[in-house]
Amino acid sequence: MSRAGQGVVLRGVGKRFGDVVALEPMDLEVRPGELMVLVGPSGCGKSTLLRLIAGLEAPTSGEVWIGGRRVDDVEPGARDVAMVFQSYALYPHMTVARNLGFGLRVRGTPHPELERRVAETAGALGLGDLLERKPGQLSGGQRQRVALGRAMVRDPGVFLFDEPLSNLDAELRLRTRDEIAALHRRLGTTMIFVTHDQVEALSLGERVAVMDRGRLQQVGTPDEVYRRPHNLFVAGFVGSPPINRIPLSRDDGGRLAGGPFALAGPAGPDRATLAVRPEDLAVATPGEADGDASGGEADSSTVSGSRDAGGSTPTQASGSAYSGDFRATVLRVEALGSEQRVHLDGPGDAAWVARASPALRVASGDRVSVSVDWERSHLFGPDGRRQEGVSRPAEQGVSR
Amino acid sequence: MARGLLLAGACLVMASPFLWMGLTSLMGQLEVFSGGSILPQAPRWSNYPEALTAQPFGRYFLNSLVFATAVAAGQVATSAGAGYAFARLDFPGREGLFMLFLSTMMVPAVVVLIPRFLVIDALNWIDTYQGLISTELVSVWGIFLMRQYFRTVPRELEDAARVDGAGHLRIFWSVALPLAKPAVATLALFAFVDAWKNLLWPLLVTRSMEMRVVEVGIAAFHSTYEITWPYQMAAGVTAVLPIALLFLFTQRYFVRGIQLEGIR
Repeated sequence: MSRAGQGVVLRGVGKRFGDVVALEPMDLEVRPGELMVLVGPSGCGKSTLLRLIAGLEAPTSGEVWIGGRRVDDVEPGARDVAMVFQSYALYPHMTVARNLGFGLRVRGTPHPELERRVAETAGALGLGDLLERKPGQLSGGQRQRVALGRAMVRDPGVFLFDEPLSNLDAELRLRTRDEIAALHRRLGTTMIFVTHDQVEALSLGERVAVMDRGRLQQVGTPDEVYRRPHNLFVAGFVGSPPINRIPLSRDDGGRLAGGPFALAGPAGPDRATLAVRPEDLAVATPGEADGDASGGEADSSTVSGSRDAGGSTPTQASGSAYSGDFRATVLRVEALGSEQRVHLDGPGDAAWVARASPALRVASGDRVSVSVDWERSHLFGPDGRRQEGVSRPAEQGVSR
Repeated sequence: MARGLLLAGACLVMASPFLWMGLTSLMGQLEVFSGGSILPQAPRWSNYPEALTAQPFGRYFLNSLVFATAVAAGQVATSAGAGYAFARLDFPGREGLFMLFLSTMMVPAVVVLIPRFLVIDALNWIDTYQGLISTELVSVWGIFLMRQYFRTVPRELEDAARVDGAGHLRIFWSVALPLAKPAVATLALFAFVDAWKNLLWPLLVTRSMEMRVVEVGIAAFHSTYEITWPYQMAAGVTAVLPIALLFLFTQRYFVRGIQLEGIR
C-alpha cells in the first residue's frame, strides 16, 4: 500500500499572529521519502510550521509546495498529507474502525475498499481486536496506534507528526520511536516529525531542522548538527548533557582569553564563546597525566590561582609539566554504567561536565587535569554564529 | 444536621404550592372557601374526569405536544448551527454580532410580544400552528449555550477532521454535533419545558378551541366557568405530570443546564 513520498518545499514561508511573529520567513526543503525532524524548545514555531504544511494555518507570506504543486490555497484534506496529533485527536464518539475509516468515508471511498483498507491497516498495527472499541476504552499506546493507523490508512504522500510520542511513558516512547522509523523504512513515504526532544530528533531524523524563536537555526544530518553546530543555540540545544561553554574576551595581547584559555583569535570580534562537548574533554588524574602525583598537586594551586585571576591572563604560561589544558576539582561523579559523567568546578565560573570511560577512577574532591580536543571544540562570535579556523589554542596560551 | 433541616425547610417551601394544588384538586367547589383544614374532607377524584372533559383537553394536550416538540427541535437546530458558527467559524464581525445577539437577552420578552403579534397577524398566521411556533424557533440563550459547549470541543479534533478531508458542514455534523449531545439534550429539555408552560404567547396568538394549548385551557377555567378552583387545579396537576416525569428521567441534563445558565 506504500507509494513514493512527496517532496515538501517552503519558500519564504512566514507566519504572524497579529503583531506576534510566530515564524520568520524561511526556506526549507524536505526531499521525497525523507524523514525530517523539526526540533526546538516550546514556542519555537515548529508546530506552527507543521500546521502550515498541513494547511491548518495559512502562511502570512511565502509559498508551500507539496509534490511539485503549490498548495497555499488548497484545503488540508486535498493536500495529500496525513497528520498524527500530540493528543491523538481520535474522535471519541466513533469506534476504532470508524476512526480509521473516517478520512476514506469523507472522500467517498466505496464501502468494500474502505473495509479492506481499514482491516489491512488494523492488521498491520495489531488493532484487529479493538476495532469495535471506542477511544475511551483504549490504553495510551493503543490510542497512539489508532492515530497512526488513521494516517496510514489514507496512504498519504506526506506524514506529519506533531509530537506524537510526548504522551507516552518512557519505555513505550522508545518502542514507538523505533516503530515509526521502521514504518518509514517500509513505506518510504516522506515524514515530517516535530519534537522538542533533541535525542528523539537525532535518533529518528535523516535530517534535522533546529528551530528557535521562529527561526530556522540549522538544517542538516544529525551528525552535522551535532558536530558542526552553526550557532551557539544549536550547540547548546543539541546534545546531552549540554555542551560546556565559557565566555572569552580579547586581552592585551590580542588573544581571546577566558578562564584558563587564551586562543589566538582572528582579527574581529572582541568577544566569543568557547564550547566543548562533554565527550571532547579528556579527564586524567594527575598521577596518570604527569607521572608524579605530588608534582601535580603542587601545580594545581598555580592553575586555580590563575583561573581566579580572570580572562586576561593566559593560564598555563608558567610552563608547568602536565599535559592537560586546565586543572579542576571533581564536584560529583555520575556513574551511568557505560560511561561516567564527571562534574568539574570550572573552568571559569561555570561548572563543566566531562564524559569519561567507566574505567577512570575519580571521586568528588579529586584534582584532575583536563584536556580539550581542540579539533572538535567550537568557537562562536558575539552574535552566536560559528567562527571558523580559530578553535585552536594559541601557542603561547597552552604550554607543554 | 442543621444543613439537613435547612434543606428540608427549603424543600417544603418549594413544594408547598404543588402540594396545595394537589390537595385543592381533590376538594369540593365550596370546600375550597370553607377556610377549614387544607386537607380535603373526602377526596373528590371525580374532579379530574370532570375538569378534563369540561373543555377538549385531549386536543389541548396534543397542541401543547406539537408546540413544545416543534419549538424544542427548532431551537436545537438553530442554536446548534449558530452556536457552532460563533464558536468555530471565522467571519468578520463575529464577536460584535454575538454581542448584539446577547444584548437581546436584556430586552424583556413582554416588550416584543406586540411586534411579534403584528408580524404573525400580517402573515395571516393567527390561530395556526405556524403562527404559534415560528417566532419561538430561535433562542439566544440556546445559541449561547451551544457556542459555549462547542468551544470546549478540542480544536485538534476538528483539525484532524480537516486533514481527513472534512469541510465545515461535515465537521459540524459528524464530529462537533455528536460530541455536543449533552448540550443538545439540555437545550431540548429546557426549550420543551419552556414551551409547555408558555401561557402568554399561545393565549395571544390562538383563538379557537382547536388551537388552544393546555396552559390556556387551564387559564380559561377562570372566565368560562367563573372560578372553579378544584377543576383548574386538577387540570394543572395533569399538565405538570408529564414535565415531572420528564424531569425524573433527565435530571442530570436539567442540572447541567442550570449550571451553564449560571455563567450567562
